[in-house]
Amino acid sequence: MTVFEKPKSLTDVPLHYCPGCTHGIVHRLVAEAIDALGIEGRTIGVAPVGCAVMAYDYFTCDMAEAAHGRAPAVATGLKRANPDNIVFTYQGDGDLASIGMAETVHAAARNENITVIFINNAIYGMTGGQMAPTSLPGQVTQTSPYGRDVKTAGFPIKVCELLSSLDGPQYIERVAVNSVKNVLAAKKAIEKAFRNQTEGKGFSLVEVLSSCPTNWGTTPQEALDRIASDMIPYYPLGVYKDISAKEGEKE
Amino acid sequence: MAKVTFAADICKGCGLCVQACPKHLITISDKTINKKGHFPAEMTDQSACIGCAFCAVMCPDCAITVEK
Amino acid sequence: MSEKVLMKGNEAIAEAAIRAGCRHYFGYPITPQTELAAYMAKRMPKIGGVFLQAESEIAAINMVYGVSSAGKRVMTSSSSPGISLKQEGISYMAGADLPGLIVNVQRGGPGLGGIQPSQSDYFQATKGGGHGDYHLIVLTPASVQEMADLTSLAFDLSDKYRVPAMLLADGTLGQMMEPVMLPEPQTEFPEKPWALTGTKMQRKHNIVNSLYLSPEELERTNIERFERYEKIKANEARYESFMTEDAEICVVAFGIAARISKNAVIAARKEGIKAGLIRPITVWPFPEKPIAELSHRVKGFISVELSMGQMTEDIQLAQHCLRPTMLCSRAGGIIPSPDEVLGAIRKMQGGNQS
Repeated sequence: MTVFEKPKSLTDVPLHYCPGCTHGIVHRLVAEAIDALGIEGRTIGVAPVGCAVMAYDYFTCDMAEAAHGRAPAVATGLKRANPDNIVFTYQGDGDLASIGMAETVHAAARNENITVIFINNAIYGMTGGQMAPTSLPGQVTQTSPYGRDVKTAGFPIKVCELLSSLDGPQYIERVAVNSVKNVLAAKKAIEKAFRNQTEGKGFSLVEVLSSCPTNWGTTPQEALDRIASDMIPYYPLGVYKDISAKEGEKE
Repeated sequence: MAKVTFAADICKGCGLCVQACPKHLITISDKTINKKGHFPAEMTDQSACIGCAFCAVMCPDCAITVEK
Repeated sequence: MSEKVLMKGNEAIAEAAIRAGCRHYFGYPITPQTELAAYMAKRMPKIGGVFLQAESEIAAINMVYGVSSAGKRVMTSSSSPGISLKQEGISYMAGADLPGLIVNVQRGGPGLGGIQPSQSDYFQATKGGGHGDYHLIVLTPASVQEMADLTSLAFDLSDKYRVPAMLLADGTLGQMMEPVMLPEPQTEFPEKPWALTGTKMQRKHNIVNSLYLSPEELERTNIERFERYEKIKANEARYESFMTEDAEICVVAFGIAARISKNAVIAARKEGIKAGLIRPITVWPFPEKPIAELSHRVKGFISVELSMGQMTEDIQLAQHCLRPTMLCSRAGGIIPSPDEVLGAIRKMQGGNQS
C-alpha cells in the first residue's frame, strides 16, 4: 500500500527551485489540500512575481499569472466572475507585504472569499537576495549588507498580526515548514484555509515561515534550523484569527 | 515491510530527508550523479525502514514514494 | 425597440456596457467620470452584476484582469491620472491577450493637471501606454450616441481580437446630455475556450500568462500579436468623412474637437473656402487611408486637438508629410472655439502658413 506519493494536483514538471528550497514543500501541501477536498476541477490558482512565478506550470488546475503584488486583485476578479470556483493566491513576502500590501489588506478587509498562501522567507529570492519587508533586524542581504538597520530601513512587517486587526478576514494562521511536525501542522492549516472557502466563510490566509538556503548562504538543513532559531521567535506561530471556528463553536 | 523509492532524476540532493529519517537510513550518494548533476539521496538499509514517511514529508521535490 | 432617452455621456457608456453583457465593473473615484461609476453602483446589484470600488486604480485594472481571465465581459473607467496608474495592468492584459474595456474620460495634464476636458492622452492611448510592444483598440466618440454605440463595438472588437479596448472620451462628452438610442441587449457572446473556469477534470489546465523566459518564445508571441494588429488595421479603421469630396483643406479632429471643427468647416464653406473634415472614430488603428488619399489633392491638413499636438504626428505619417499639417489646438482643459478653427482654415487658405 502506498502511504506517500506525489499529489495528483501537481503536474510532472520538475520544480525549478534551488535544492532544499521549501517552496516545493508548500506547493505539495497546497496540492494535497486540493486533492483532499476534491476541488481540482474547479480550482483556479494565481501565481505571483517572485521565485514562485512559474507556479502556473506546477499545478494541474487552471492558473493565472498576476503582476507583482496584484494577485489578490486578480483573485478577486476571478472569484467575483465565478463564485463557484475555488480561487487561491500563492505569494512571497515582497509580493504580498511590500508592493502588494494594499491589495492584500483590502482583499482581507472585504473578506474576499479567497485563500491566500503567503511564503515568508524574509528575502527576495528571484532577484538575488535583497532585503524584504519581512527581513529580520540585523539580517544581512544584498541591499542591507551591514545588516538591516531598523533606524534607516524600518522594522519588519508582521503580516498575521497586522491583518488580524481587521474585521474582515475569517482565518489567519502562521505556520512553519522547518520540521516534520511543523509541516504536518502547516498541511492542516492550508487545508482549512481551502475548506473555509468551499464553505463560503471568506478570506483565509496562511503565512508559512520558509527558508531560502541560496540567499541566506546556508545549507538546506542550516536554513531550517535558522527558521527555528531566528524566524519563529520574531514571528510566533499560531492562529491569529479564526472567526469561522467561533461560529462553529456557537452552533 | 516498508519501501522507500527515490525518483533519482528529480532529487536535488538537498539532504532534508537525511535529517528527517528517525532511523538514519538515508544518505546522499557519493557515486551516482543524476541527469541534472546532483548527487541523489539513497537508502542504506531498506529492510530497516519503518515507513513513517518523514523523509517524504520534508522532500521539497516530491521525489519520494513510500509504500508499506 | 429602444426609444430615445436623454442621458449624460458617462451614463450612456455605463448602460451600453450593461447591454453589451458586461456584468463586472471595477473603478476608483476620479473626476470627471464619476457618473459612470455611480450608475454602475446603482444598476449592477439589481441585475446580478458586480460593482466594486477598488482600493486603487491599480487594483481595479487587476480585478478586470481577473474577470477577463475567467472569460467574462468586464470594464473599468477612469480619467487621465488614473489611467496612468492602470498602465501596468493594461500592459499585462495586452501580454496575456485578455479582452476588456478601459474608459478614459480625459482631463488636462501632466501630473494632477486639471479637471477640464482634454485629449492629451492621445500618445498614451495610441502608442501603447505601458511597457512593451502593444496596442489597444482605441475608439473616440463624438456624441452621447457614440458613447453608447462605440462601447458595444469596443466589447465586440476586444473579444474578437483578444486585444484590450479603450474608449477615449473627454470631460465634455462625459458631462454632455443628449438624446440617445440605446442598443438592444446582447444575448450571444463569443466562445472563450482559453478562459479560466476550472478544468472540470475534462481538459488540460488553461494558463493566463504574459511571462516567456525564452526569448524565442517571447518574440514569437509578439510577432503573432502584431499579425493580429495588421488584421485590425486592415479591417477596423473607422472614420467619418465630411465635405471632403472637393476639399482643398482637410481638418482632422476627433471627439469634442471634431464637433467644433465641423461647425468651422461649415462656416468656411459659407466663405467659399473648400474645407472638409476627417473625423477618426478609431485613433488606433488610425484612418491612414483617407488621409493618404486626400493628400494628393488637398493643400494641407489642420489637426484640431485639445493638446499641444499629438495626433498631428499620425497625420504627418499617414501622408508621409506630402502636405503641411498645421496645428490648431488648446491645452490645459481649454476647448478651441469654432472661430479659432475657422481662423486656422483661413490662414491655410491664404497660403501664408509657415
